[in-house]
Amino acid sequence: MNSRILQPNMRPLTSPNFTGFSNVIRFVLSLFATGARLRIFRFTSFLSNSIELKVVSAQLTSVRAFDFSIFSSLSFFVRFPAINHYLYRLGLNMDGEELTEQETALYDRQIRVWGADAQRRLSKSHILVCGMKGTVAEFCKNIVLAGVGSVTLVDDRVVTEEALSANFLIPPDESVYGGRTVAEICGDSLREFNPMVSVSVQKGDISSFGGDFFDKFNVVVISCCSAGTKKLINDKCRKLSKRVAFYTVDCRDSCGEIFVDLQSYKYSKKKLGETVECEIQYPRLEDAISVPWKVLPKKVSKLYFAMRVIESFEEAEGRKAGEITIGDLPALLKLRKEICETQSLNESHVPSILLERLVMGAREFPPACAVIGGILGQEVIKAISGKGDPLKNFFFFDAMDGKGIIEDISNEPPNK
Amino acid sequence: MASLQHSPSIKDAKVLMVGAGGIGCELLKTLALSGFPDIHIIDMDTIEVSNLNRQFLFRQSHVGQPKAKVARDAILKFRPHINITPYHANVKDPSFNVDFFKQFNVVLNGLDNLDARRHVNRLCLAADVPLVESGTTGFLGQVTVHVKGKTECYECQPKPAPKSYPVCTITSTPSKFVHCIVWAKDLLFTKLFGDKNQDNDLNVRSGDVASSSEHADDAFEQRKDEDVGDYGRRIYDHVFGHNIEVALSNEEAWKNRNKPRPIYSKDVLSDRLPQQNGTVDRSSATDNLSSLPAVSAMASLGLKNLQDVWNLMENSRVFLEALKLFLVNRAQEVGNLTFDKDDQLAVEFVSAAANIRAASFGIPLHSLFEAKGIAGNIVHAVATTNAIVAGLIVIEAIKVLEKNTDAYRMTYCLEHPSKKMLLMPVEPFEPNKSCYVCFKTPLTLEINTRRSRLRDFVEKIVKAKLGMSYPLIMVGHALLYEVGDDLEEDMVKNYAANLEKVLSELPSPVTGGTILQVEDLQQEFTCNISVKHREEFDEEKEPDEMVLSGLTEAPSMAKADDHSIENGGSTSNALPANVTEPKMDVEVEEISVGTENIYSAQKRKLPEVSHATKDVVSGDETRNHKRVQKLDDEDDDVVVMFDHPEVDNHKKQRLQ
Ligand SMILES: [Zn+2]
Repeated sequence: MNSRILQPNMRPLTSPNFTGFSNVIRFVLSLFATGARLRIFRFTSFLSNSIELKVVSAQLTSVRAFDFSIFSSLSFFVRFPAINHYLYRLGLNMDGEELTEQETALYDRQIRVWGADAQRRLSKSHILVCGMKGTVAEFCKNIVLAGVGSVTLVDDRVVTEEALSANFLIPPDESVYGGRTVAEICGDSLREFNPMVSVSVQKGDISSFGGDFFDKFNVVVISCCSAGTKKLINDKCRKLSKRVAFYTVDCRDSCGEIFVDLQSYKYSKKKLGETVECEIQYPRLEDAISVPWKVLPKKVSKLYFAMRVIESFEEAEGRKAGEITIGDLPALLKLRKEICETQSLNESHVPSILLERLVMGAREFPPACAVIGGILGQEVIKAISGKGDPLKNFFFFDAMDGKGIIEDISNEPPNK
Repeated sequence: MASLQHSPSIKDAKVLMVGAGGIGCELLKTLALSGFPDIHIIDMDTIEVSNLNRQFLFRQSHVGQPKAKVARDAILKFRPHINITPYHANVKDPSFNVDFFKQFNVVLNGLDNLDARRHVNRLCLAADVPLVESGTTGFLGQVTVHVKGKTECYECQPKPAPKSYPVCTITSTPSKFVHCIVWAKDLLFTKLFGDKNQDNDLNVRSGDVASSSEHADDAFEQRKDEDVGDYGRRIYDHVFGHNIEVALSNEEAWKNRNKPRPIYSKDVLSDRLPQQNGTVDRSSATDNLSSLPAVSAMASLGLKNLQDVWNLMENSRVFLEALKLFLVNRAQEVGNLTFDKDDQLAVEFVSAAANIRAASFGIPLHSLFEAKGIAGNIVHAVATTNAIVAGLIVIEAIKVLEKNTDAYRMTYCLEHPSKKMLLMPVEPFEPNKSCYVCFKTPLTLEINTRRSRLRDFVEKIVKAKLGMSYPLIMVGHALLYEVGDDLEEDMVKNYAANLEKVLSELPSPVTGGTILQVEDLQQEFTCNISVKHREEFDEEKEPDEMVLSGLTEAPSMAKADDHSIENGGSTSNALPANVTEPKMDVEVEEISVGTENIYSAQKRKLPEVSHATKDVVSGDETRNHKRVQKLDDEDDDVVVMFDHPEVDNHKKQRLQ
């Protein structure tokens, strides 16, 4: 997607002045002159002598991609009989991108939730996913079913019993492995879920990929990587001229964390009957996690602190993500003490029992994967479609208390 | 509490899943991954194309096959060593009795209709097996835990009554598109293609019924030697032209309303339609086509986009074409058809007819896509919510297996965060002491015992309101009625005779003050009904001529829940609204507008949650505001959830 999609205002602007067909066309053409590509979506002709024309969306070409902003929708009442067929053709010509019959049938139920326009945007989005464990498998299933354009998987591991545990994309049949990577095997399963989505595999070390590579995607999801790698990729995405939505996700035992960076994100929502334009500024991962703990609100999820302590431990010890066991607990508790002292935070905000759970349960808890992979899928769909409040900027789930909590951890001012 | 993940109770658990649809597929996968070794699944449905976007265990090649069986085979591919027992059957089948339910440690519901949920609730209570219940619509979802004696049962809270519209709104004074859909689907479609003998209010009630009734009935019969095209135009003129003129003649009715406009085919379409070539080709090739299941008026007219709103002329052409295709290509079925949202031609006919009627009454027209959603009562569904809900069900199921009562939660999935939460757990409620299901609180029935027959009571109360399929009715020790396979012949005769008798003339008369005992043998559920005699009822408001109170049922709530085809619900004179209300009139684009109100309907008096719930409600105010303006004061929401407003200050205690 290399054009800017403008999300229309849902409230039609009725222009009583536009009573002649030629005026309508002149107006439409004047919009073209500004570089807009309009998509005339619907016109209702309820009585034989009046026609309603709605410009439902407009695209401004050659502006930064993935930047949904608002453009007012227009509605004309034209008092001319029998010109609707002409308009109809005009509408079709300007938009050769209608959903096919096949797509409408397959996505019927979800189009009823988010609309045909969002479905079209989904079908043109490209998603990069790194680290195929249970939660990410759930996420991939969700977006493949939703009908994104393409999914690219990165995970060069070979299949182990651990890789199998919460991942339903890997059949427990060694005969199909044949030296193939986790990403390749998962790709085979995903392709079956929806033949309309292109699923491919990229081999190599994600941290070595350059900006050109990330530029191909609208959404990048990173899992099972060190904090350093996550920050590195986040920054590479930030440097691109187009906006790439960046997410990290991890699940340990029955807990999970999602981080979101949508950079500067514009969307529309309804407030008191009016459509208002919203803009949210997101911090980079690095900036978010360097916010001093003592300035955070008292009630910030304990999982946030616990995940940072474990991350610091893995980084200090040069471990891979998740390479931590119960034997590391004493050293981990020592590190917690140090960090809490530096951050002037009472250690009770990072309970030992929580740390113990997180290092004991190396394996993901499948129900937690389903929940976190579901929330992540939903957020990615929101970001692509430009519909609904996206979460900013951390999400935590703990199956023990059942809460799914959003935390805003940034120095940026909250929603304007 | 030990880790949920390593709970030893999982290894010995035997669980029953009811429903292998959207939630069911996700649930079965999560159960299998979590290590549940023995899973039984009941589902009566077969796979359809529109399932494939979220029921990820199914493929195109499975369309038409039973869901339960295909789901099992798909799971065994990645977890070959677990036991999965599929049943392609209705959960209301008598073989799923209390003894069947007793073999399970927990029952997990992934159902899509109220009727089956109530049925499973009663069986779980009778078998004393815990139930984890769930529901989703769009981005909203909910999971609840029902353990006999510990938490409320599924029926402790009021349930939405099937929504019905006053007959005259449908037949004479529609004001919304949904009214036109109900008219097209339940009246016109049934009259033309369904059971001809069924009572039908299709013709407008005018002052002098006598003069028009005879003529009116004939109007729907195809005359001898009448060309299909001419017949179609005559029907068109009769229902959209003549009937509107008759209605207009009653000037009193239009004093405070906008008058409808009669529409005749000659005004909309030219006399000889030039664009009929496609049809001619088709009908000449009828022999070859009869094997093709999909006949489409849209296709033969060259219309493609389901999302387009067609104008009056296009709808008129679709109407006539669809009518013709039914009579020519599907003649064998005519007379036995019922509306089915997956029958393309039926959807086209109903959508076109509803739109023509809408044009006549000045109601905005809708696309086929929208009309199909309304007529087929299609639930908005996405994979993510189902996946989240399935995860939450398994978490609750493990707590139930561990009998960790304090940890039980009911959880809401929200679309907009409340108190920072997208997933909001709430402590479950205690059983409701006035619940007629789990507390056996007697109900009261107001009825004219000198006019209503036992049959009316069985159909409208016992089956429709109490959700019983195998009822037994007693007064004291005298049996009035019973259903079963092993009854003796003279008993069957006796019961059949009783059905036709007025209540006060039964062998054991039912009059004011009588206590009726009604029992369902399969559900092992009994309730007592105290009868009050009443002479008169309001024809519009109480069309059943009976009022049942004490039922945990909220009046006039939308019930999108009943879209399942099984066990047809209401039999009242008011037209059953097994249709979803349209969302807003404007755009398809708006996200799940209607569904938000689930939460406003869920305001409960609970100190801990009330604040949070209020937040949810106020968060939606903006949307509601608009909605109210658009759709006046009726409840127009697509409510699929199973939890509904309490009658009032029903104080609830937290679990001990
Ligand atoms: Zn109850």
